[in-house]
Amino acid sequence: MAAVNGAVENGQPDKKVPPLPRPLRSLEVKYTKIFINNEWHESTSGKKFPTYNPSTLEKICDIEEGDKPDVDNAVEAAKAAFQRGSPWRQMDAPSRGRLLHKLADLLERDRVILATLETMDTGKPFLQAYFIDLEGCIKTLRYYAGWADKIQGRTIPVDENFVCFTRHEPMGVCGAITPWNFPLLMLVWKMAPALCCGNTLVIKPAEQTPLTSLYIGSLIKEVGFPPGVVNIVPGYGPTAGAAISTHDSIDKIAFTGSTKVGKLIKEAASKSNLKRVTLELGGKNPCIVCADADLDLAVECAHQGVFFNQGQCCTAASRVFVEEQIYPEFVKRSVEFAKKRLVGDPFDARTEQGPQIDQKQFDKILELIESGKKEGAKLECGGLAIEDRGLFIKPTVFSEVTDNMRIAKEEIFGPVQPIMKFKSIEEVIRRANSIEYGLTAAVFTKNLDRALTLASALQSGTVWINCYNALYAQAPFGGFKMSGNGRELGEYALAEYTEVKTVTIKLSQKSP
Amino acid sequence: MKKQGSDGNPASAMPALPEPLKDLKIKYTKIFINNEWHDSISGKKFEVFNPATEEKICEVEEGDKADVDEAVKAARKAFELGSTWRTMDASERGRLLNKLADLVERDRLILATMETIDGGKLFSTAYLMDLGACIKTLRYCAGWADKIHGRTVPMDGNFFTFTRHEPIGVCGQIIPWNFPLVMFIWKIAPALCCGNTVVVKPAEQTPLSALYMGSLIKEAGFPPGVVNIVPGFGPTAGAAISHHMDIDKVAFTGSTEVGKLIKEAAGKSNLKRVTLELGGKSPNIIFADADLDAAVEFAHIGLFYHQGQCCIAGSRIFVEEPIYDEFVRRSIERAKKYTLGDPLKPGVQQGPQIDKEQFKKILELIESGKKEGAKLECGGGPWGDKGYFIQPTVFSNVTDDMRIAKEEIFGPVQQIMKFKTVDEVIKRANNTTYGLAAAVFTKDIDKALTFAAALQAGTVWVNCYSALSAQCPFGGFKMSGNGREM
Repeated sequence: MAAVNGAVENGQPDKKVPPLPRPLRSLEVKYTKIFINNEWHESTSGKKFPTYNPSTLEKICDIEEGDKPDVDNAVEAAKAAFQRGSPWRQMDAPSRGRLLHKLADLLERDRVILATLETMDTGKPFLQAYFIDLEGCIKTLRYYAGWADKIQGRTIPVDENFVCFTRHEPMGVCGAITPWNFPLLMLVWKMAPALCCGNTLVIKPAEQTPLTSLYIGSLIKEVGFPPGVVNIVPGYGPTAGAAISTHDSIDKIAFTGSTKVGKLIKEAASKSNLKRVTLELGGKNPCIVCADADLDLAVECAHQGVFFNQGQCCTAASRVFVEEQIYPEFVKRSVEFAKKRLVGDPFDARTEQGPQIDQKQFDKILELIESGKKEGAKLECGGLAIEDRGLFIKPTVFSEVTDNMRIAKEEIFGPVQPIMKFKSIEEVIRRANSIEYGLTAAVFTKNLDRALTLASALQSGTVWINCYNALYAQAPFGGFKMSGNGRELGEYALAEYTEVKTVTIKLSQKSP
Repeated sequence: MKKQGSDGNPASAMPALPEPLKDLKIKYTKIFINNEWHDSISGKKFEVFNPATEEKICEVEEGDKADVDEAVKAARKAFELGSTWRTMDASERGRLLNKLADLVERDRLILATMETIDGGKLFSTAYLMDLGACIKTLRYCAGWADKIHGRTVPMDGNFFTFTRHEPIGVCGQIIPWNFPLVMFIWKIAPALCCGNTVVVKPAEQTPLSALYMGSLIKEAGFPPGVVNIVPGFGPTAGAAISHHMDIDKVAFTGSTEVGKLIKEAAGKSNLKRVTLELGGKSPNIIFADADLDAAVEFAHIGLFYHQGQCCIAGSRIFVEEPIYDEFVRRSIERAKKYTLGDPLKPGVQQGPQIDKEQFKKILELIESGKKEGAKLECGGGPWGDKGYFIQPTVFSNVTDDMRIAKEEIFGPVQQIMKFKTVDEVIKRANNTTYGLAAAVFTKDIDKALTFAAALQAGTVWVNCYSALSAQCPFGGFKMSGNGREM
């Protein structure tokens, strides 16, 4: 479990360990409508869609189904909120920062509610939702709250008699399409920098997991963001999502999801109004374990790296390259870990792995597992679903995997760990870089030279050395190649949510 | 006029002004080291006075070299590798600064009342402006804590190079008496944001709000030794700081004369880094095409704010010949409408000067103005029979060679001079060893940007005065200082 910074709360070491939080039983879902102008609306069509609990396969509730007309209304509201002279445009930058801080305060206040909703909707273990997802949300909001009044342009010494400076202006109305694997966290990763820079938003959360995104609508209203600054339209990709990517009045779109859909979005953006595009897509991330690595550390990190969140992470360590000398021992220890992994009810505090998100993903994962068996990989453990009913899959480990197998090339997004062998650094660099993805990579070694050589050579947006999934609001995150365009988090995200204006003023004579 | 201090709440512009606290009890009068309160090692105390009444408020422990040594020891320990402060996440440092801002907000009334009684500052100004600025600056710096970036650098050869922006270490900070709390915050906020530890010596005239902050710093949860506060006098406690062999950096706001002594001491001791915010004799240039009402008002507040006791006081007002007479006339009118009195009371517009020494110096400079031939338009002497009050004073027909045109007065005395051409006024404005701030009033974009480039001043205001905000860097050219704050 990721350590909460609460261990050093108030600058003083904790005197005792706080009790584990408990989920709320029989939580009533209050927010199921479309959120526009700080109000809740029914869908224009009158249609609704169900959202399910993937652990029990029961319907949680019905949600208003947004489509193009609802997106149009949301965009109208966001545009109006962005007009020159509007309360949002007139607001001092530090006040924007204060609102983001207050939003973080409310997330802290309602942390148990949100973690419970997230678990119900996604099947992720409750303690992980509480300590990892919600922690990331709160910290990211506070990080960007601090940037709000530090969006600086520059003065530039140009030739001849001119005074030249740049302004970093908000882009305008930003569309955000968020995924189902970290619903609230991925929303905050977009919302925080967008609002920090003074933009307005139209958000479409994944149809599988709309609940926490809608709940945050209520907090946005409570905090006091002006109406129209944040709008949330639940619905499906081909309808509401496409309405956003093709919209002529949306200035920028940010999408997290599959590479396949990311390409469609970039295409739609180009065909419509050339809206700016940032994409966080898939990965088939190499995890390179050298013979001199701390073996226990490497095994555990590789294990968590692929199995975390039921394998449903863009950062999943789904190609583990192990140096020949330690290969058998690494496989043996990895299998031990996989066999010990507790799969079950995500509300149970002991559970490490919950169900997959839905039938479609479940089927795809099992199909890829079959391909692994057929194409000659060695099935070390797992390899099938857990019960007849339900979306639970046994933690699965394949060894003797070769690069041409489907499980070595395609993003599985499930609890499946392919482990391959390598001989030399040059070889593993070539193999690690040989695919069209490039999101993250990890290297386990004690050798400084090797670590830094690999860090330079790997075509990945993030390279972890002797760790995995070390993600923090301060450090930029994004993909090389077809894993994405642009960066989220850190100072770099600001560039994705601002438009640079250069102002050049003529003087009658040259000033030094 | 936009001044630092408007409320961060988007729904309202300024908080409503409450009444000052009656019978404020002064709880904190000792030396603050390691989050604890100590008596002075010598056993000595010194008196703190209310400049409006000349009455003693209380006694405060008088720190000297021995106490500074203890404070530095504590600060050094808190800065050791592996200490709680050094191993704290940067974002957590930011959280502590935000908490401190919350506590200042909670105790806003106490601090404003204290600042008024100790410093002679108008209560409305203390509550709305000074406290507003403190809270905003703390929150601004809180946001920077986890954004202190270094860079990676593509070096020639087989090297991997990157920079780290590390905290300097133990920082000595010497605070003035004109904005005691604001200047305290301007120093500790960026220092703590970057991970340093501090030893603060507040001015001997105004130690109370700094000591109260010690209690809030402890309450917010800063580890012991991170902030230490040693009240005392310049030649003793202050000199101990500037000469100290184990202080890594000294930051000082005060007179140019003392700033030079501090920099010298730093050189003679251990080459500690030095930043200085010193005096000014800032030019305020008014063109004939300016909005005259605005210019008169800004020039007035720009000089008379806080009884003229501002480093940025616009104390040389250059007015373009065609509008000179009208400008002088309106300025006199504006200066005459003043109610002097106890700054705690509502309806008072000007409080006392800080102490007898300043009071005498200002009166002496006023006399020089009269002697050297400037035209006394109004005021020109003391007011009332108790407290250090001086009448708002306006001199016209001032020439550049007069003492009142060259020396920093730090009192409610406004000098108005005449100019003809752009080149002439640029030369005259720059003809001083000071260079803190400057302003130009004109509607002509060409003039405005020419002056922005030509004036040798750390801040140039166009069509405004005293516009300061946590986001903007502030500091002096030439002998008005070294380095930048904010």
